Amino acid sequence: MCVLLINKENKDNFLSSCFICTVLFIQVFLVGSVLNAQAQDVITKITIGYISQTAELPPNLSNLETPPENEGIAGGRISIDDNNTTGQFLKQNFILEHVHIGKDDNALTILGQQISKGIHFFALNVPAKTLLKMADAVKGKNVLLLNAGAPDDRLRGPDCRNNVMHIVPSRGMYADALAQFLVRKRWRNWFLVTGQRDRDKLFASAVRKSAKKFGAKIAAEKIWDFGADARRTAQAEVPAFTQGVDYDILIIADELGIFGEYIMFRSWDPRLVAGTQGLTPSTWHKTHEQWGSAQLQSRFLKRFKRYMTALDYQVWASIRALGEAATRTGSGDFGKIETYLKTDEFKLAGFKGLPLNFRKWNWQLRQPILLIHPAALVSVSPQQGFLHQRTTLDTLGLDDKESRCVLK
Amino acid sequence: MMRWLISIFVAGASFLCAATAAQAFKVYVTNEKDNTVTIINSETLKVEKTFEVGQRPRGIIISKDGKHLLVCASDDDTVQVFDIKTLKLLHSLPSGPDPELFILHPSGNPLYIANEDDNLITIVDLEAKKILGEVPVGVEPEGMGISPDGKVLVNTSETTNMAHFIDTKTFKITDNVLVDPRPRVAEFTADGSQVWVSSEIGGSVAIIDPKTHKIIKKITFYVPGVPREAMQPVGVRITKDGSIAFIALGPANRVAVVDAKTFEVKKYLLVGQRVWQLAFTPDEKYLFSTNGVSNDVSVIDVKNLKVIKSIVTGRFPWGVVIASE
Repeated sequence: MCVLLINKENKDNFLSSCFICTVLFIQVFLVGSVLNAQAQDVITKITIGYISQTAELPPNLSNLETPPENEGIAGGRISIDDNNTTGQFLKQNFILEHVHIGKDDNALTILGQQISKGIHFFALNVPAKTLLKMADAVKGKNVLLLNAGAPDDRLRGPDCRNNVMHIVPSRGMYADALAQFLVRKRWRNWFLVTGQRDRDKLFASAVRKSAKKFGAKIAAEKIWDFGADARRTAQAEVPAFTQGVDYDILIIADELGIFGEYIMFRSWDPRLVAGTQGLTPSTWHKTHEQWGSAQLQSRFLKRFKRYMTALDYQVWASIRALGEAATRTGSGDFGKIETYLKTDEFKLAGFKGLPLNFRKWNWQLRQPILLIHPAALVSVSPQQGFLHQRTTLDTLGLDDKESRCVLK
Repeated sequence: MMRWLISIFVAGASFLCAATAAQAFKVYVTNEKDNTVTIINSETLKVEKTFEVGQRPRGIIISKDGKHLLVCASDDDTVQVFDIKTLKLLHSLPSGPDPELFILHPSGNPLYIANEDDNLITIVDLEAKKILGEVPVGVEPEGMGISPDGKVLVNTSETTNMAHFIDTKTFKITDNVLVDPRPRVAEFTADGSQVWVSSEIGGSVAIIDPKTHKIIKKITFYVPGVPREAMQPVGVRITKDGSIAFIALGPANRVAVVDAKTFEVKKYLLVGQRVWQLAFTPDEKYLFSTNGVSNDVSVIDVKNLKVIKSIVTGRFPWGVVIASE
């Protein structure tokens, strides 16, 4: 090093240069190693697990759209990168671990394996039954589950758990969001058509409650019990099925999309369709561009070459919520992150125009709900004029006093 | 004799000018959903002209020499430069994708652009029309503030929730200050002693000391009868003498008047719906606010702290800049 500093015309300075050079060298060396040590010590690793399980796929009708293979996890990947962009400035490093529960897998074994790797936080897209088993298995442990996929009201009611927080809205919230819009439009008489699956019945029950809550009327109710593939028979069957009822709008409860798409334009009277088909409540849609969401949409589209779905968004929001809590507490500590998520301080910027936080009585994320049809966003609930003493967001879903949830 | 006559003439002329008063400035407003810019006369308070620009125009500024109008055409991924007299498009600047807001160095060059989609700040030489450098920042960079001496650039990133302090010589980040969720705007005081950062979803404005990078004070807002979550601060403007700050509160439909010395909120002025960006006339007589949802701008009398007029613009007025002559 010193040799480099030798100046032919000025040999006298050689010694002093060499001395300075040595000092500098030592300093650089020392500072360098201190920095290295610091960097190693200071970077906090926070691993978030994502566990998914497919309950029941829509029927395999050859010409229907199938959900993208990476639905859900794609949202998680964008989210973990968002967390890490912030993390790089705060010396936090977020890692996402995804496991899918296959047909022959045991959900609890998989959860156990993930926990033994040192993971404390999980985003879940699993059916309610699996979710409850998981929550009970890890009760009292330092594990927090964020529900990104199960809309079941019972998870926010009698079957709520203190270690489960719900990012996905409940069926009740979805139905309330739709009901407010319909009531505001003065389409108050509903013809409710329910499919045969249990989940259809759950959605229908949420619709009935919303009708009562907001002053709408169920003018008629029918169960759809024709065959599985309605494509060729609908034109003959639907007119008769919908005849002889005086109503404003058809409300469909068909979560898997067995028959719902074939009702519109085939009803006896020219009426609109809403519910699980037609005008539907959702957390996300490709045409949602307000409140900065255009940025998340284009980030997603660029990376995955497809539009972001509601499930992608829910997983994104789960992992962002954990990231936000880790950022704010400046920590990867389980207790600190969990406590922060459960305080009023917590504010998730979820591209819905308002800060989002959790209801203290059942750990449900408060949020506006989009009302969409396949090609456009129609409205966002809560609708204007539906008031609440706390926040208008609490006009959607179970309120404090109605909830039968006892958190434990 | 001649000299005497001339001085009378000059005196008379300047008297006349003073009497016909108040200078008229031109107010330029970008209409995000109409792809146009509306020009308003600041004295008659009337729309003079509306002209077409690129897609989704948002940030808007005027070059230091006053000759050019620069518009972020976000969906065209470019910054358009217009001749301010003829309103002809002169050229486009390389800007990086989705430019949203930008700011000029106090010397007039270069231009610093926040690229919302790419987590970057792009630095562009206005004369050479060349990109000088890029600074990687947090997710969804938006707000841009520059210190009066031009040494420090402050950028806010909406999803990372930070104010990034950037050295304008080295293009390196020197510090990151965590603020409340969704920071939108960074604004230095004229003396450079503070930078004010508004957090839209956090509902607060953080006042940061640019020397220590510490938050000195956080201002929050309260209006009876307006939901707390509707208090969403975006635009911030502070008078040159550092006495009053105006803060646009988004869907609360109000502009807060803050004593910039005590940080106390003095008053809330009711304006149009979803108020975002603000701009003073150069004499600080008026403050204009863009009200995105009601498709108008409100004119605030700065001395009397009163809203005196609203003027209809195009759809979703977003940015506003006022020419100094």
